Amino acid sequence: MPNSAPTPAPQAVSLWRRFSNQGATVFAVLAAILVLVPLLAIFVYLVIKGVGSINLAFLTNTPKPPGEAGGGMANGIVGTGLILAVASVIGLPLGIGSGIYLAEYGRNRFGDLIRFTADVLNGVPSIVIGIAAYSLVVVPQKHFSAFSGGVALGIMMIPTIARATEEMLLMVPNVVREAAYGLGIPKWRTTLSISLRTASAGVITGCMLAFARVAGETAPLLFTAFGNQFWNLKLNQPTAALSLQVFTYAISPYDDWHKQAWAGALILILLIVGAVAAVRITTSRGMLKGGA
Amino acid sequence: MPDNVDPMNPPEPLGELQKPVVAVPSLAQVGKESKTGVTAAVLRKIRSTHPRSSRIPDAVFGVIILLSAISVFAIVVLVVWELISQSRISLHQFGIKFFYGHDWDPVNGSFGAMPFIYGTLVSSFLALLLAVPLAVGVAVYITEMCPQRLRASISFLVELLAAIPSVIYGLWGIFVLAPLLREYVEPFLARTLGWTGFFSGPAYGLGMLAAGIILAIMVVPVIASITREVMTAVPQNQREAVLALGATRWEMIRMGVLRNARIGIVGGVILGLGRALGETMAVTMVIGNRPEVAKSLFAPGYTMASVIANEFTEATGDLYLSALVEIGLALFIVTLIVNALARLLVWSITGGTARVRA
Repeated sequence: MPNSAPTPAPQAVSLWRRFSNQGATVFAVLAAILVLVPLLAIFVYLVIKGVGSINLAFLTNTPKPPGEAGGGMANGIVGTGLILAVASVIGLPLGIGSGIYLAEYGRNRFGDLIRFTADVLNGVPSIVIGIAAYSLVVVPQKHFSAFSGGVALGIMMIPTIARATEEMLLMVPNVVREAAYGLGIPKWRTTLSISLRTASAGVITGCMLAFARVAGETAPLLFTAFGNQFWNLKLNQPTAALSLQVFTYAISPYDDWHKQAWAGALILILLIVGAVAAVRITTSRGMLKGGA
Repeated sequence: MPDNVDPMNPPEPLGELQKPVVAVPSLAQVGKESKTGVTAAVLRKIRSTHPRSSRIPDAVFGVIILLSAISVFAIVVLVVWELISQSRISLHQFGIKFFYGHDWDPVNGSFGAMPFIYGTLVSSFLALLLAVPLAVGVAVYITEMCPQRLRASISFLVELLAAIPSVIYGLWGIFVLAPLLREYVEPFLARTLGWTGFFSGPAYGLGMLAAGIILAIMVVPVIASITREVMTAVPQNQREAVLALGATRWEMIRMGVLRNARIGIVGGVILGLGRALGETMAVTMVIGNRPEVAKSLFAPGYTMASVIANEFTEATGDLYLSALVEIGLALFIVTLIVNALARLLVWSITGGTARVRA
């Protein structure tokens, strides 16, 4: 616009524009509130209904037969730990290993293929992973087992860990690697002790997130770990899991079991939120932010 | 990274004693090597002067890492192969009829998956109908309106919603949401919107509506986090340009941000759909588990994932089991297509940098 031309008088914002602007603001605030209400409601109910049923007996006893009061989920808590340990043994090395491949070796066609496959695996419904673990482990073994549950959850951990590891390794500047090579350090040592070490905060975040994600999984355990009313520490036997027990108790017709389901759910969520919060705190202090 | 030097192929053997390297290329050259490939020969020369002892571990390490990467691929192939081989009987017996047959009768060995496909589709679309406006609203609030101080904590809370296990959503759905729906929401809907036919019949609480609402709560964080990411990817000067033209804040968001981010948002919505289609436990616990196709959202339904969850361990006979696995196979293929589409759309906006979590 030429300088000589008179600047037009600022037009007043029309009523409709002002109204729609405020309407949008109100809608966005309402949406935020509406989304956070269920979150709050779930936590409040978990605490109110769960705390009352958590006691020493709940944490140390095995379930009582239906109708009898008392009993607990001790075997479920231990069983979840057992299954998650197997899952970590499978998921951590394979996940971190493929993450290293994607970042350090996989800048090519084959890497893209692996990257896409990892994303596919990430999107596979957990119940389908359960079917696969059933036919891969349970059928040849001929009975349900803690091991098969661990396999199912371990498979679910791999893609999350792999992509997190890749992303964190790519954030490590190449200069660091060059410096290591310059000192004559071989590639494997550079990758493990320099790159992976530098990226460790982010990699741990990814692992914890994967762990938290599978810790509450129920669907793949239905026909792998199967559940158990008694103690079991053997890998090749059906095993109770906290999430499975919450499910069975919640759909049962007994009031006492409903109470225990809430208590079990509270313990499960404490485990998971604890893991996620720990990740939040460590990453917000760490150098490499990311993850959660 | 120098990845075109094959660790598997050690260079030709050298003389007995290593000679000191005379001409060392600069570090920058070595670094650029993977991109240009020009200095590959120089690098190979350096490699060849290294003692053999450091090359063998490198090769071993490379193989181990390659194997773990291949394992990801192998797992997916195994999953597909198991699904196909286990559902072979049903695939042969029913063919395409399996997907539009209505009766699910294990006793007489007649299986049609239509009620489950219907239940999965209706509950997922109901969930998206409820979740999309909310998720986009939350994302707009977090990226454009929220005070800087609250931003991190609100997005953390929304993401926390994704960390709650689905069995806990189900528990909450049975004991909190369903009674609420039965006592207040469903009678109200029947009075006001009963004439549409979608809200009629007895109010059980548990049913398609409850499943849709629970699913909506579960997919909101998925859609919201992708939407937030693609909105953040919109350059700041787009916003400033629209504001400089005298737009109100909403007009700025609508024209400057949402319009640019729309493909990514659609990608996020499709990713949410993928999550909703495969969701099992929460839906199984609240949908009522009755294989029927009903118009009313109050009526109980059944989904593909929940029929597998409920009947897999009780399936007697190979045909029954194989029919259930075939449902799993169908679920796998559908979620595969949906997820691939979503990732493509999100990548096209953020250039592959976005963290896509499902």
